[in-house]
Amino acid sequence: MAEAFKFELVSPERLMVSEDVEEVVVPGQEGYFTVLAKHAPVMATLQPGVIEVKTAAGQTERYCVFGGFVDIMPEACTLLAESAVNVNDIDPADIEQRISNAREDVEDAKDDDSRSKAMMYLDQLTTLQGAILPA
Amino acid sequence: MPSLKDLRSRISSVKSTQKITQAMQMVAAAKLRRAQEAAEAARPYSQRMGAVLANIAQTLGDADDAPKLMVGTGASDTHLLVVCTAERGLCGGFNSSIARLARDHARKLLGQGKTVKIITVGKKGYDILRRDLGSHIIDRVDLRDVKRLGFSDADAIGKQVIDLFEKGEFDVCTLFYSEFKSVISQLPTAQQLIPASADGDSDAETGGDAAYEYEPDAAAILSDLIPRNISVQVFRALLENSASEQGARMSAMDNATRNAGEMIDKLTLDYNRQRQAQITKELIEIISGAEAL
Repeated sequence: MAEAFKFELVSPERLMVSEDVEEVVVPGQEGYFTVLAKHAPVMATLQPGVIEVKTAAGQTERYCVFGGFVDIMPEACTLLAESAVNVNDIDPADIEQRISNAREDVEDAKDDDSRSKAMMYLDQLTTLQGAILPA
Repeated sequence: MPSLKDLRSRISSVKSTQKITQAMQMVAAAKLRRAQEAAEAARPYSQRMGAVLANIAQTLGDADDAPKLMVGTGASDTHLLVVCTAERGLCGGFNSSIARLARDHARKLLGQGKTVKIITVGKKGYDILRRDLGSHIIDRVDLRDVKRLGFSDADAIGKQVIDLFEKGEFDVCTLFYSEFKSVISQLPTAQQLIPASADGDSDAETGGDAAYEYEPDAAAILSDLIPRNISVQVFRALLENSASEQGARMSAMDNATRNAGEMIDKLTLDYNRQRQAQITKELIEIISGAEAL
């Protein structure tokens, strides 16, 4: 059995999760990575994606995050999400809404830099939609 | 001397006022609990954010390429004041004390020959400031339809502020709101948003001195974090404000209820005294009438 560490998932509105976990998979800006206990200190920004939390009790929970960042220490991991929902409670309409907002952003973008950023975000959102919604 | 009938209707009208103020007090108490919970629930996020920011800022040091949002434009000619107030009145001096703080600040800046721009959040602040600073108000945000304050509301305001900053519309941004100390004490506060002031929450816990690895890299994270931090600060201010508003309303309505009670007591006393006087007068009339026979 893997060693447990403290994991906190915080959204601006409230503290969503605070418990001992064995491993957490987070969607870093440069790809998904797994955090175990005694991880080297890392600070990473997140892309929209699914985090998978394996609790010390052995259950697996999945949450959907839309951007944010994660602060990893050897004995703790804090994820500050811009907004987060449990995958079970997710509302397909909400994602549709976010995607259409992102599309507008792409159209409104004034320069290439912001357009490519907006397009990347849109791309990540559609991938996320494909990943969590059963086709 | 008011007649008995006048007194009766006075008493009944004060009684119904008392009922209203009492109901408002109870509503405010219930809302206060919710607002307080929301403010407390949001605290971990802004604390962690402050800690992380302080950490990165420390790592980066005083690099020349530090984001403008953090170090400012170097000038301080144009000031943007974001004034957060309530949507409703009847909450004691809550709105006027925030507005007064903002107005004094604006006057001071104008006296120094600086340009002042104002964004008001909430209807009451706009109503108060419109009178003598109307020409400086560049925008107003209405939260009237917002049932439950969400991060997205604050985020919209934060984005607007950043937008204006990037267009070079102002150099310094100050946020005005009321800090929630306790139910009976709310403190109007001015907080500098841009450039980020060094103090604030950062001294809470700086996450130790661990050598972090950054992904993608520290500068990129910082440029991502700072705009978000502004939204978080606005969000925190709005939550503090809504808790303060309910607290202020609760004590104002408590006072009003008590005053109405005192007034009713006094009026009832007058009423009874007059009623007795009238009975005595009638008795004297009857007796002296009987004696005359």
